[in-house]
This record gives sequence, C-alpha cells and structure tokens, in this order.
Amino acid sequence: MLSTFWQVWVAVIVLGSMIGCGVLIMYTSRGQRKEETDQTTGHDYDGIQELDNPLPRWWVFMFWATIVFGFGYLGVYGLGNVNGLLTVEVDGEQVAWSSTNQWKAEVQKFDADIAPLYAKYTATPVEELAKDADALQTGQRLFKSNCAVCHGSTAKGAQGFPNLTDNDWLYGGAPENIKHTLTYGRQGAMPAWGGVLGEEGTTDMVNYVRSLSGLKHDAEAAEKAAPKFQQLCMACHGADGKGSQLVGAPNLTDDIWLYGGSSKQIEFTLKHGRNGKMPAHLEILGNNAEAKIHLLTTYVYSLSHQQ
Amino acid sequence: MSTAFDHPEYNYKVVRQFAIMTVVWGIVGMAVGVLIAAQLAWPALNFDTPWLSFGRLRPLHTNAVIFAFGGSALFATSYYIVQRTCRTRLFSDTLASFTFWGWNAVIVAAAITLPMGLTSTKEYAELEWPIDILVTLVWVSYVVNFLGTLAIRKESHIYVANWFFAAFMIMIAILYVGNNLAVPVSLTKSYSIWAGTIDAMIQWWWGHNAVGFFLTAGFLGIMYYFVPKQAGRPVYSYRLSIVHFWALISIYVWAGAHHLHYSALPDWAQTSGMVMSLILLAPSWGGMINGMMTLSGAWHKLRNDPILRFLVVSLSFYGMSTFEGPMMSIKTVNALSHNTDWTIGHVHSGALGWVAMVSIGALYHLIPIMFGRKAGDMHSVKLINVHFWLSTIGTVLYIAAMWVNGIMQGLMWRAVNADGTLTYSFVESVEASHGGYVVRVLGGALFLTGMLIMAYNVFMTVRAANKEAGNAVAAQA
Repeated sequence: MLSTFWQVWVAVIVLGSMIGCGVLIMYTSRGQRKEETDQTTGHDYDGIQELDNPLPRWWVFMFWATIVFGFGYLGVYGLGNVNGLLTVEVDGEQVAWSSTNQWKAEVQKFDADIAPLYAKYTATPVEELAKDADALQTGQRLFKSNCAVCHGSTAKGAQGFPNLTDNDWLYGGAPENIKHTLTYGRQGAMPAWGGVLGEEGTTDMVNYVRSLSGLKHDAEAAEKAAPKFQQLCMACHGADGKGSQLVGAPNLTDDIWLYGGSSKQIEFTLKHGRNGKMPAHLEILGNNAEAKIHLLTTYVYSLSHQQ
Repeated sequence: MSTAFDHPEYNYKVVRQFAIMTVVWGIVGMAVGVLIAAQLAWPALNFDTPWLSFGRLRPLHTNAVIFAFGGSALFATSYYIVQRTCRTRLFSDTLASFTFWGWNAVIVAAAITLPMGLTSTKEYAELEWPIDILVTLVWVSYVVNFLGTLAIRKESHIYVANWFFAAFMIMIAILYVGNNLAVPVSLTKSYSIWAGTIDAMIQWWWGHNAVGFFLTAGFLGIMYYFVPKQAGRPVYSYRLSIVHFWALISIYVWAGAHHLHYSALPDWAQTSGMVMSLILLAPSWGGMINGMMTLSGAWHKLRNDPILRFLVVSLSFYGMSTFEGPMMSIKTVNALSHNTDWTIGHVHSGALGWVAMVSIGALYHLIPIMFGRKAGDMHSVKLINVHFWLSTIGTVLYIAAMWVNGIMQGLMWRAVNADGTLTYSFVESVEASHGGYVVRVLGGALFLTGMLIMAYNVFMTVRAANKEAGNAVAAQA
C-alpha cells in the first residue's frame, strides 16, 4: 500500500500528465486557421519553410479519444491504492481486479472444472488406468511439459537421465515405486573411488565392470580387481553386480549405462562418483499435484508395459 | 582528401567522418544480426565457441546497430543540421573531434568486451563501467557542443529538428547515467545500485526510452530536415510540430512500465504505463503526418527519386510501428504477445523500417554534399533504387515472419486441453518457429545486401569526388 503522500504524488502526476495533454491540444488549437493554407509562418531555415496549417481534425479527435480511453482504463483497473471497477471471482466472492486476483480466479475456475475428471482418474488403480487411452494421453501431455526436459520427449532419457521405456529400473518399476520416485524424488550417490583405488586400481576396476556386461576388456586386469569389487562395491551393487533397487544402485551386468559404458566414462564414474538427482515433484507440480503424479505414474508405467 | 572538401563556414569534417562510419557500422551490426538470426534457425552456427555464441553476440548486435550505426547517423545529421539551420559553425571543433574518436573508441571497446562475456547484463546497457564513463564523457561533450551551437546561432528561431535533437540528447544523458549507476568490484565487473523490481523499472525506464528518445525523437530530428529538403516543400504544419513535440517528450518517459506487465511491478504502475503508451499514439503519429503531408504537391517526385522513397517508406514503417506499440501495451494484447517473436518483429519494423531507412535516405542526400557535390548526387541512382527495394522487401519479410511466429507462439503457449494440460510443450513451439526463423534470415540478408550496395555506391562517389578535386587542384597549378 502506498502512503497518502505517494498516493497523491502518483495521482497528481499521472492524471496531471493526461490533463496536460488535453490542455496542450486546446491551447494550440486556439486561433488556428479553419482550412489548409499555403501561408507560411515566415521562418526560413536553410531553405526550409513551415506552413501555418491547422492541426488535422481526425488527429485531434484521435488524441482526445486516447485520453478519454486512458481515464476509462484507469477507472477499470485502478491507480495506486484506489481499486478499479473491474472485479474477478476469488473464493466465491467478487473482489477488485489485481493481477494476483486475476491469476487466482483463473486457477480456481480451472481447478473446479478439472476436479471431477481428476477425481475419476485418481480413483482408478494404475494398472487399470494404463488401459485408458484418454488418461494416457493426459499423462503424456503432463510428461512433455514437466519431464521431457530431462528424460526427453520420447522418455528414452539421456546421459545421466534414465531411459523410462526399457523396463530397467533403478528404484523399481511397480506403480508404487514409480509413484514414490515421482512424489519424493531420488538422490543417487555413487561415491568417488579414485583416491581409494589409485590410478592402476581404477583401470583394473574399469575392466572388471566391463566384464560384467560382457564388453571387451582385459581379463587379467579384471581378475585383479575382482576381490576389490567384493570389498568396495558389493554393498550397493551386490556380489554379482546385479545392483539393488533398495538403494538405487544400477545393475552392472545388463549393458544399460546411465552415464555411458565406454572405458573412459566408467573410469570417470569410478574416479569422481556420480550424484544423480530426480527432484520431488509433489511441490513442483502445483495444484492437483497428487492427481498429476497418479497420471504420470500411469504413463511412465505404460511405457514398459505395452499391450 | 585532406582539406579539399572543407566548407568555408561549417565544420563538415566531423559530419563526413560520422557519415562514413554510419555505413561501416551499419554493415557490421547488421552482419552480426544476420549471423545470430541464422543461429536461431540453425544452432550449429554457434560453433560451440563461447565468443561466437548467441548469448554474447546478441548484445553486440543490438549495441552495434543502435549505438554504432544509429548513433553515428545521429551525430552526423545533428551536427550537419544544427550548423545549417543556425547558420553558424559548431560551437567547438575540438569537442566535435573528441565525440567522433571517443564514440568510435566506445564502439571498438564494446566489440571487444561483449564477445568476451563482459557484461553488466542490463539490456541495451550491457557495457561495463569503464566504457560507461567514456560514453558519458563523449555524450556530455556532444550535448555541450550541440546546445552551445544553438546558443551562438545566427537564426532568431530554433528549427524543430533541433528541438528533437536537444530533447533526445538531454534525456539520453539522464537515463543512461541513471540506469548504469553501479558499484565497481574490478575493472571488468560492477554491480548495479538498483535491485529487484526497482532495478527492472529503472532498466525499462531506460530501455524503452532508448527507443523513445534515441531511436524516435532523434530520428524525427533527421526526418524534419531531410524530408522537406529532399521534397523541396515546406513543412506541413508548424503548429502540429509544436503539439506533437511536447506531447511526445512528456509522455514517452512513462511508457517503459509496459515491458513489465504481469510482473512484480505494482499493478497501478503497469496500468499507468499502459495508459501513457496508448496516449502516445497521437503524438507519435504527429511526426508521421507532418512528414507525409509535407509531400502533398510533390508526390510525383516519388516516381524517380529513390532517396525520397526511402524517407517516405520510413515514415510509413514509423506510423505502423507506433500504432503497433500502443496496441501491444494493452494488458490483454500483451498477455498474448509478451516474450514472443512478435516483440522482436515490432522492434525491427521500427529499427529496419524507420530508423535504418530514414538514416539511409538522409545519408544519400548528405554524403555527396560532404564531398563537394550536389545533394543526392551519388555515383549511381539506380543502385539507390536497388537498395531501396532490398531494404523494403527485407523489412517486410522480417516483420511478417515475426508476426506469424509471435502470434503462433502466444497461441501455442496458452492452448490448454480439456484435461487441463498444456496442448503444446515449449519445444514444440520452438520447432514450429523454424520456418519463420529461416524467412527472417532471408529478410535480414536482403537488408544487409542493400547496405553492401550502399557501401559500394558511397565508395565510388567518394572516389569520383576525389578525382574531380584532384583535377581542380591540378588545373589551378
């Protein structure tokens, strides 16, 4: 809210400028010729003369029209602390327009319109909803607006962002797992082992990890690293390297690589660790977040459960 | 050329220098513009090189075309007009020379620092503080020199073109310094003293008046001299020039807030910014009417005078964009147009159609005089005509592409499905814009080609003039 001083200040300057324009037109229109003329003002600047023509009538009319419209616009939208005449409906009541109230009114109307549809979807279990083409389309649209920026518009992921279509899951692919991931987010934490393994130990471990997926590797080096794997990596990735969905440790035996499977990329992962982050979407998705998460779960679930 | 073309009474040297540099900087600024337009259509043209990336070249483009090209045009024409219409030499030749070398030093400094990523991040005010100080020194010298010349004039009245020049340079001085106030932390980094919403408001107070005073009031000054000169007709209405001058300069300073619709700026400030923007329509059109009506009785001259065509078409684009601007400032329209390519199209209908074309017309009139020839006596009138059509078609392609893109983007972003989701993801609107981006590159390239033809024409004119001057000297000896 403006103090009285600033309220007056604003009103005087704004309205004063508008009135000033009106005064300017009236003042300069006085005593002007009625018709167009060849008469000049008598000035001559470097050969340029000026005719003493009157202000074009349509132009003067247009000037007045914008000033009148301006007063009307201020009346509708308000100035300073004085509200305008325009109202919007917020919480069932007509309140004065403000950009905040306009936004609230639009959101509330929208939420009210969409509520029955979302309620119907939320009441249907994911496995069943995955057969509903309309629900899947809504899910896909939500995905494109909220998820595609990382996972890609086809959900096939990218370096550091999992492919959601291959039924290979870091944290489990059951509807409740997916929903948990969406709602609360996930924080992947692969520690940096560079210091522990040393230069040569890292190279050996790279070969061992590649051997797990049957990729080209140096068998001798891999063998040297095998005991170290059981010592350092087993806790998360398991003795057989098949990973653990409890902690989100990837399966290292399926040749699916979140950060790439080349020797160079595996070496980087081992040396420096990785910190993948899936944000918690309960807050991000705004109004109706739970219904949206339900629909997104359904869509993501459907990607690897096609009929 | 040395002293061969010096005028006995007036300082033509500084005018000549700025006039030539207008062409040079125009080509540079527009070439960068074409490159960044192409980058938006084909991102591979960023070449994965930081100093060639869009983010760094875009401010280089805007600074080059506004301040290097537009600024040089303003310096050249205002120095020329003020001397001719006051019938006196410039107040100070030293200051005039300082403004030329100083301004060009600023431009070179900008061309080096902006691609390096040194920026204060304020739009149209990206230059860091040491360059800002140089700008201020040059500008104050300019103001002193211009107002000083008015003070020693031999004409009893001050011609309308000079009112516009004076208003433009005084307001720009205030706005530029106000917006750029900052606390330096090193030679290349400073922090604005303004913060948050106040910073945004101050920024657009400057930003919109870079358009309103630099690119409108200043160029109206150019129009008011070169249109009646080239048409050989008196100015249509002295009375109209008074009303629209005072209304324009008093209302324009208000309009910046319309850049901040639906932002954290208080609603009433947005509303008053909108109202003032709308009231600005008539004062803006006053200049267009006065220019257009000056041609009444001389319309036939358009048939074979491409210079006059440049001037008249520039007035049409001026009228069009000053109608479009108030319309876009209406909240309801702005809700659609904001952040879309429509804004870019609007700016360029003013920048290419108005600012560049009126400058080009003025230069074709002026440059021959600077080299001892008659007004408009260029090497090739045919090439002026080619340039005219390239500019006009280029501008139309550019703005039409941006209208289509802008309105399409606005509609795509707000489209909502029955299920409450957005119909289009952002990237789909980017994909749909590709065609428009390609057309824009084409439009920009045509405009740039016209500038290259102008450079050739100017070069040939100067060469011929030099030869003539040489012959004259030889004949005397």
